[in-house]
Amino acid sequence: MIRFEDVTITYSGASRPALSNVNLRLDEGELVLVVGRTGSGKTTLLRAMNGLVPHFTGGSLSGRILVGGRDTATHPPRELADLVGVVPQDPSSGFVTDTVEEELAYGMECLGLAPDVMRRRVEETLDLLGLNDLRNRPLLSLSAGQQQRVSIGAVLTSHPKVLVLDEPTSALDPGAAEEVLAALQRLVHDLGVTVVLAEHRLERVVQFADRVIVVPGDAQPLVIGTPAEVMRLAPIAPPVVELGRLAGWSPLPLTVRDARRAAGPLRDLLVGHTPPLRAIDGGLGSESLVETTDLTVRYGQRPALRSVSLTIRGGEVVALMGRNGAGKSTLLHAIVGLRASAGGSVLTGGKDPRNLRGADLVHAVGLVPQEPGDLLEATTVTDECRAADRDAGADHGTTRALLALLAPDVIDTTHPRDLSEGQRLLLALAVILAARPPLLLLDEPTRGLDYPTKARLVEVLRDLAKAGHGIMLATHDVELAAEVATRVVVLAEGEIVADGSTADVVVSSPMFAPQVAKVLAPEPWLTVSDVLAAIGPLLLRSHAPTSGDAVG
Amino acid sequence: MTSARWQIGAGALPRWLHPGAWWVWALGLATAASRTTNPLLLLLIIAVAAFVVSARKPDAPWARSFGFFLRLGVIVVVVRVLIQVMFGAAIGTTVLLPLPGIALPTWLAGVRLGGDVMLESILMAFYDGLRLATILVCIGAANSLASPSRLLKSVPAALYEVGVSVVVALTFTPQLVIDVTRVRAARHLRGRATTGVRAIAGAAMPVFEGALDRSVTLAAAMDSRGYGRRGSQSAAQRKGSAALLLFGLVAACIGSYGLVAAGSPLLMDAPMLAFGIISCVTAITWSARGSVRTRYRPDPWWTSEWLVAGAGILAAACFLAARWWMPMSLDTAFDPPAWPTLPVLGLIGIAAAITPAFTAPPIPATVVLARTEEPEWQVAR
Repeated sequence: MIRFEDVTITYSGASRPALSNVNLRLDEGELVLVVGRTGSGKTTLLRAMNGLVPHFTGGSLSGRILVGGRDTATHPPRELADLVGVVPQDPSSGFVTDTVEEELAYGMECLGLAPDVMRRRVEETLDLLGLNDLRNRPLLSLSAGQQQRVSIGAVLTSHPKVLVLDEPTSALDPGAAEEVLAALQRLVHDLGVTVVLAEHRLERVVQFADRVIVVPGDAQPLVIGTPAEVMRLAPIAPPVVELGRLAGWSPLPLTVRDARRAAGPLRDLLVGHTPPLRAIDGGLGSESLVETTDLTVRYGQRPALRSVSLTIRGGEVVALMGRNGAGKSTLLHAIVGLRASAGGSVLTGGKDPRNLRGADLVHAVGLVPQEPGDLLEATTVTDECRAADRDAGADHGTTRALLALLAPDVIDTTHPRDLSEGQRLLLALAVILAARPPLLLLDEPTRGLDYPTKARLVEVLRDLAKAGHGIMLATHDVELAAEVATRVVVLAEGEIVADGSTADVVVSSPMFAPQVAKVLAPEPWLTVSDVLAAIGPLLLRSHAPTSGDAVG
Repeated sequence: MTSARWQIGAGALPRWLHPGAWWVWALGLATAASRTTNPLLLLLIIAVAAFVVSARKPDAPWARSFGFFLRLGVIVVVVRVLIQVMFGAAIGTTVLLPLPGIALPTWLAGVRLGGDVMLESILMAFYDGLRLATILVCIGAANSLASPSRLLKSVPAALYEVGVSVVVALTFTPQLVIDVTRVRAARHLRGRATTGVRAIAGAAMPVFEGALDRSVTLAAAMDSRGYGRRGSQSAAQRKGSAALLLFGLVAACIGSYGLVAAGSPLLMDAPMLAFGIISCVTAITWSARGSVRTRYRPDPWWTSEWLVAGAGILAAACFLAARWWMPMSLDTAFDPPAWPTLPVLGLIGIAAAITPAFTAPPIPATVVLARTEEPEWQVAR
């Protein structure tokens, strides 16, 4: 279906190629997963498949890319639109029309399909992706997850032979992500569509893939193989694979189901051991950093939060979970005073956040928003750090020193927009931390982050909690919550439906349980490192693990 | 059972009437209004427009503009009368309010400042203002009855590119507003001022960078979804038909302006309008033949559409005919003041114009077009 013949792509002005000497053949009805660090050339590979690289981005391409027999050198993206459907990373930026139904039809209108065909396909796609209730809604009023589904639906209606998706589940809650992936799988199985998707959250997708392409970056050759082959050696792997490597299971399980079947001996080995407590060094701070009492917030008539009572103390890391649109962001906004309460009260650092301004606010609470770039206004990293020092009334150089700790590789003269997603998040975090707010809030911090950056963030958050900061993060990332949270709060329809220690809340939940917990249930083990810490030496004696760096 | 195509009025299946039909009806009504200064007829036209709007207005944000146009009409009338009182030439003899005037030099003859307020000149200004207000109300009726985005969807293939740019601009604007609130909220989080010149300058940078990024992504997305695929026509042919269409539109505009504006010869305007319409139709059929694009669920043009558009045309025709045969009946004498009469032809036209309230199909009930949520962020005040 797609053939890359000795393809080298170099962007203009770049000193070395983004991809070099790629030879690749994707067949009909394959689901191919593309993994690699941010900036490794993953997106370039995906965009080359419909000619956006180099027709749209510029740069030079040598070699040949054939899609369904058409050479992308002579066919610009619009002439490949009937063959390749591309779902952009940020769905809302790709919308052309204003309502769901029209957006679904747009691609077909461009291709000139007959009206009755269009009508039928729109109805089918509305059902396939569960969008029927939203058909007349304006696109801007949809939640991130709904927008992502519309964006996938909008290319599906053209019935492309190849579907290319760049991080399709990064903004979705676990449930919505599973729905989208199930829909993709149905396309592969029933319609023979070739699906190529890039994804950082391997734990969500690796079991669906037929093949995995690792893009190592720095123009190194690609590694291509079946998931089992690639996962045995890959430096990054989902927790279930890491657990398998640790326990020496063969064949290496890729799914929770396979792992559970192999896990009997491991569970026996764990009898008598208890997971390390997520105790907070130095204990909880006695005074509450934020206290909401029966907090209610409305958008017009619709309640976004109903009677939420929550207290966070220093040293706690609270993971705020729940569906898209459950009220997570609203709660964070109410705590920093961006939302007025329609009932009940919020006390942030003992005061009403609606009355906090300027330095008082930044010294009481810091929020890193979903788009960390919103916080950044200066044209270089240095200027941004200086401005942050001034805003916070901190000593000159405070922010820069923080940034050096968080992200040592950031170059001073870079424009914040040119930083990678992860670097930008850490810069925004440094800017917020300059004022040393006792309470730190993060809204979806791991969206679009690769594993190494995520690991870095986990370390940073742990250190902050140790230093006595209270942290609350709204997240869909169950693995992150399992790694870092001491407490999990689950919101549904604006109400708190669960609030307790991480193990208590997530182990029994089908939606929020991390993979290790699913494999080792009912015992409350959450992460591979917990297992390693408890019985690592035993395991090392009984098996020779396949790879020394099993736990990174 | 008659087929859906023939069903009209309350018994028809609920659907959106073709926006073009509403515009033809409203422009017909506006043409009628432009032909008369008879306050009774003008007020009747406003009443008809308001009645039809209340009968067939959808519950959508763009449909709330009718009230705005009504208020605008009141303002127009008031301003017109005030200007007449302050600057207008004195007409008539009935002094309503004796006021001192300022004598202006002779080279400013015709302009007056202050002076006695005459009944006749106020009546003249009132009739004139009311006519303009009525035309505005008719436009407002079309605005609230026909969805602007559906109207854009109906633009002919030759003007497709223009239509797309307008649609994209329409979606970008609310997005920009959301961006501005988001960035202002982010400034609040950094403890910075969210109002004032510095705040605007600081927020402008991220907002514009965001908008630029978004337009590049949008262009890539449109390209990969097939926007601008080659049809069977060459670029020259496409440009030719677009030029012919624009030319035709200009001719039609000039012609219809002539019909609307009193005083220019009918014999010149009618051929101009006809010529413009013929050019447009030629260009549209020409470009439709070569275009690859198709339309998803285009609004059909069925019996109801003919009846609604026809009602507007009939109203205009009645007033034009009345102006031809009995011009005096459409104008109300103000010097000396006389009671306006009600000419039969005018009444027939107005009676025709009210029929869409009964012949247009009911609007779909379950449609939620309004934004159901407020913008993500709200900056504390």
